[in-house]
Amino acid sequence: MLSAWLLALIQALLYVALAPLLVGWVRKVKARLQNRRGPRVLQPYADLRKLLRKETRVAYTASPLFLVAPYIVFVATWLAAATVPLVVMDLPVARIADIIVLVGLLGLARFFLALAGMDIGTAFGGMGASREMMVSGLAEPAMLMAVFTLAMSAHSTSLAGVIYQHWADGLVLRPSYLFALGALMLVALAECGRIPVDNHATHLELTMIHEAMLLEYSGRHLALMEWAAQIKLMLYGVLIVNVFLPWGMATDFTPVALALGLVTVIAKLAVLGGALAIAETVLAKMRLFRVPAFLNLALLLGLLGLLSHVILEVGV
Amino acid sequence: MSASLALSIAFLAVALALLSSVVSLFATRVPRLLRLLAMPLVGLSGVAALVAGVSALALGESVSMTLPLGLPWLPWHVRLDPLAGLFLMVIGLVTSAVGLYGPAYVRGFEQGRDSLAVLGGFTGLFLVGMLLVVLADDAFLFMVAWELMSLASYFLVSFQHERPANRRAAFLYLLMAHIGGLTILLGFGVLAAFGGGFDFAAMRDAALSPGWASLAFALAFLGFGMKAGLVPVHAWLPEAHPVAPSHISALMSGVMLKVAVYGFLRVVLDLNGQVQWQWGVALLTVGSLSALMGVLFALMQTDLKRLLAYSSVENLGIIFIALGLALLFQATSEPMLAALALVAALYHVINHALFKGLLFLGAGAILHTTHEHDLEQMGGLLRRMPWTGYFFLIGCLSISALPPFNGFVSEWLTFQAALQAWQLESGVLRSLVPIASAVLALTGALVAATFVKVYGVAFLGQARSRHVRRARKAPLGMRAGQGLLAGLCVLFGVLPSQVIDLIDPVVEQLLGSGLPQSSANGWLWLTPISSQTASYSAPLTILLLAFIAGMAIWWFKRTPLSRVRGCDPWDCGFAAPTPRMQYTATAFAQPIRRVFGLVFEIEEGVTTGRHGVERYRLRLGDRLWGLLYVPVARGVESAARRVARLQSGSVRVYLGWTLATLLVLLWIIA
Amino acid sequence: MSLTLMPLLQQFMLLLAALVLFLSFVLLAQARLVAAIHIFAWQGALIAAVTFTVAVTGDAPHLYFSALLTLALKAMLIPWMLHRLVRQLGLERHTEVLIRPGLVVMAAVVLVIFSYWVVVPMVEQSLAFTRNIIAVSLAVVLIGLLMMVFRQQAVAQVLGFMSMENGLFLAAISATAGMPLVVELGVAFDVLVAMVLFGVFFFQIRESIDSLDVDRLNRLTETLEQDSGEQP
Repeated sequence: MLSAWLLALIQALLYVALAPLLVGWVRKVKARLQNRRGPRVLQPYADLRKLLRKETRVAYTASPLFLVAPYIVFVATWLAAATVPLVVMDLPVARIADIIVLVGLLGLARFFLALAGMDIGTAFGGMGASREMMVSGLAEPAMLMAVFTLAMSAHSTSLAGVIYQHWADGLVLRPSYLFALGALMLVALAECGRIPVDNHATHLELTMIHEAMLLEYSGRHLALMEWAAQIKLMLYGVLIVNVFLPWGMATDFTPVALALGLVTVIAKLAVLGGALAIAETVLAKMRLFRVPAFLNLALLLGLLGLLSHVILEVGV
Repeated sequence: MSASLALSIAFLAVALALLSSVVSLFATRVPRLLRLLAMPLVGLSGVAALVAGVSALALGESVSMTLPLGLPWLPWHVRLDPLAGLFLMVIGLVTSAVGLYGPAYVRGFEQGRDSLAVLGGFTGLFLVGMLLVVLADDAFLFMVAWELMSLASYFLVSFQHERPANRRAAFLYLLMAHIGGLTILLGFGVLAAFGGGFDFAAMRDAALSPGWASLAFALAFLGFGMKAGLVPVHAWLPEAHPVAPSHISALMSGVMLKVAVYGFLRVVLDLNGQVQWQWGVALLTVGSLSALMGVLFALMQTDLKRLLAYSSVENLGIIFIALGLALLFQATSEPMLAALALVAALYHVINHALFKGLLFLGAGAILHTTHEHDLEQMGGLLRRMPWTGYFFLIGCLSISALPPFNGFVSEWLTFQAALQAWQLESGVLRSLVPIASAVLALTGALVAATFVKVYGVAFLGQARSRHVRRARKAPLGMRAGQGLLAGLCVLFGVLPSQVIDLIDPVVEQLLGSGLPQSSANGWLWLTPISSQTASYSAPLTILLLAFIAGMAIWWFKRTPLSRVRGCDPWDCGFAAPTPRMQYTATAFAQPIRRVFGLVFEIEEGVTTGRHGVERYRLRLGDRLWGLLYVPVARGVESAARRVARLQSGSVRVYLGWTLATLLVLLWIIA
Repeated sequence: MSLTLMPLLQQFMLLLAALVLFLSFVLLAQARLVAAIHIFAWQGALIAAVTFTVAVTGDAPHLYFSALLTLALKAMLIPWMLHRLVRQLGLERHTEVLIRPGLVVMAAVVLVIFSYWVVVPMVEQSLAFTRNIIAVSLAVVLIGLLMMVFRQQAVAQVLGFMSMENGLFLAAISATAGMPLVVELGVAFDVLVAMVLFGVFFFQIRESIDSLDVDRLNRLTETLEQDSGEQP
């Protein structure tokens, strides 16, 4: 029991520690695909370190909410991540917060992020918040649909239970899982602010979504916000690889299984990160009002996932 | 405490409310009376109702009594059972907060022209009506109390009747309340015809054929749905709720709509009994429609109270989705799942009363200090009225169903019930439930967008007008009222297992089986079905959140760079931002307005005013007006025109009609 | 019968059928003609894969031929012909303005549930697998018809018609393990001839009304005078 909680703590710390690495990896692959050399893989760590040591400046017009928002965003995202099994399937934290709570925690983080964007009273902040809520307004239900599909076929909303069930069933070709996977991937692109929905690397304020809300942040506040975004990307990555390809995860607490689990999950994430980099290189960023069509596809996939589960798979 | 004592306390609550009403009659002479005596009496009545309700829930038994009032052959029956207890508790919770809040708020009317006696008198009668509806044990008393509630609230809606918009809203409200009352009466008529009496005990024993039972259900659904503001019969709600004084809006939205839910539950689950799955589908459809339409229209509003009123439509939709699931599971003999869905619905009933009450009180505090209800003129209120700001934030987080606040728990429970749809036999029902849950998920996300807009525009950023810039802290009493509800929002979010234990007797009473599993693993864990299926620990969630955030803040505080230095807003180096450069509420909603453009009747354009100043103009209409209300109104008008032909002006023709009517009636009787 | 108890090949067929249904949805909401033709080609390829899977599971060697025929005809030849047609008509960049795509997709979802509801009592309980596939096929057929109702562009209507045919073929293949080869050849030939005729008709329609918008054919009504009276 105690070792399980200890492992949960270590996994939670691993999320914080590895998230910048994943982002660095994606950037590196992307740079190579574009025939650039790109920064080192470890560059995001250096960025965070620098930001954490810098002086923090806050606009005179800020309210107290502006100061606490980075902490709430970071902590809520982290707690959400801590409920996703990374290396070991049986995670006691998954009992504290199931998948619906995970979506809720991400919603909490987004709520404060958007409020912080509106706090200073600049035009860009409000614009970012408005767009973010439009995107999430369609992405969150799609995410919930995908998650419901998984929960319905596993008869459990606990993420550990879902993964265990999928692993124990062995290879079953479920149409619903395919649709849920598609929906989740589209949602992940939208929620993590990747191309084709948003562009992290843009310098043009008018096309920003996520970055527009952070324009007024500096120093450690900015570091926390950036870090939270990185953790969120890793969360979605782990969710996709571990739920749909649970093989290789540790089922017991022996050191060999744990080491193997860690290696496999890193390998899976590396492949997924590479795929993300390729997708971002190939695709162009969409016009803002094309994004609803993109997210409607995600919603449709989620809904079809649920329907194909109740129609094709439960059939008496 | 015995059950009869609880009933006596409930009577005390009624008496106190009545006393408050009587005291207010003298407020025209002595205006202070309203604030010093009448409002505290309302609060005390709320406390008494709360005590009576909680003890009825805790005792889990029912006690009834026959009053020596009413008609000679039909004395009034009252009864206090767990179902009534739960709703007494809801009334009590919000009313006590209103009692704290009211004195400071009504002070604002002391200098005005409006009659204080009307305000105080009808507030008391309104409360009496709601309490008696919940306590009634026969259709006669129920209808009397129901009409008392409707009429009293009509006078409260038309309180500031100098404005034509208010009179129009009040008339629409009165009209629809009466149509609703009529259908409820007909529904009782069907039940009474089979039960052989107007008291509820007789109706409960009535054996209805499925067809008649469905008719009674349909009438009750229409009547109570009208009061609950379900789409498409919601039109009165966004008109009437905003124009009443804010503490009355809190009572109307927070409590009166719940009384409609109470009536629906009483008639459909308690009196009618034989549930059919079609009813569940009807509820799911109407509930989904209300939830989605309600939130979309809420998102588009710029008037704060009107926005909150539309959001009530949405929340009642969520309640009816959960009730629909309960009926569906009950009809297909899945008692445990039905219990789960009913718990979710009742939990949301309590939650909505708490956070909607809180939000209306917050809107009232803004109105009181700035005389502003238009979001486009607000901004930066968090720094000017911090207490109201933080309480309002809790309300926004709760209504957006974010963990660890109370709104999340009921939404979580509803989703858990919907996720058990795979246990249904029929494939079509199995696929309808996921669609309803998809609508619920969409609604949840849009609610978050709505309240980000409200909070961001009203409380954050810079003040957009001079009087908002001069806003001051709200008076102590108003802050206390909001604080009470905000605290309860947090409490009901953090201790869900206890709340479900409290609700459980109601579920047992209505469905015959409760939800024993929910707190089987101790108070920390909420496991509605089993710990493998789903579990949520709100206390641990909030503990972890607070612990990690505290650690992070502490860690940064000890470093030498902990001081934060102020600077001008950066805004990408453009000109120094002015309040007019901020995103407005209309602008915030624009992307979603465009995505869901189909739902609205949008009329927008640019008009050029004097001096060549161009102004953006937007008018947003409800398609349902044109589709439903206008044709009905036209039909009534043309029918009236036809009937008007009778009015020839000659007295002898009128007498002839009288004679003919008399003859026909006599013929029917004979 | 639950999915986990089925043999892997049957699961694979269900997966393919679900994908066919998904492509029907995408076809319904795809505004660009060329992209829609590509989606139709993919749907044909999936149908061929289903046929191939049935051939592997049962001992019906003629189904291999049938799979090959489907692949050649539906995934290659017809899309190629349509593509050529579109090029000749100068419609490569044509994007249709879809009216209320959200509502149409919701209608399609309702059709899926409806077809499931219709099929359940028709097929015996023991054949849950076949029943589910037939429900999917019926849904594909109905969505094809829905597409013909809601599209104004004649080429898009042909795509809807062809995808209806795909649905019928899916039902036939999965429920009866394939029709006799003669019938299949006949159907394939029919489809091909239909395609050629459509091509001829497109040119004819365009010559006479200068557009492929079928709403412009509204004058083929008996109540001509009233219509023109209302819209002078």
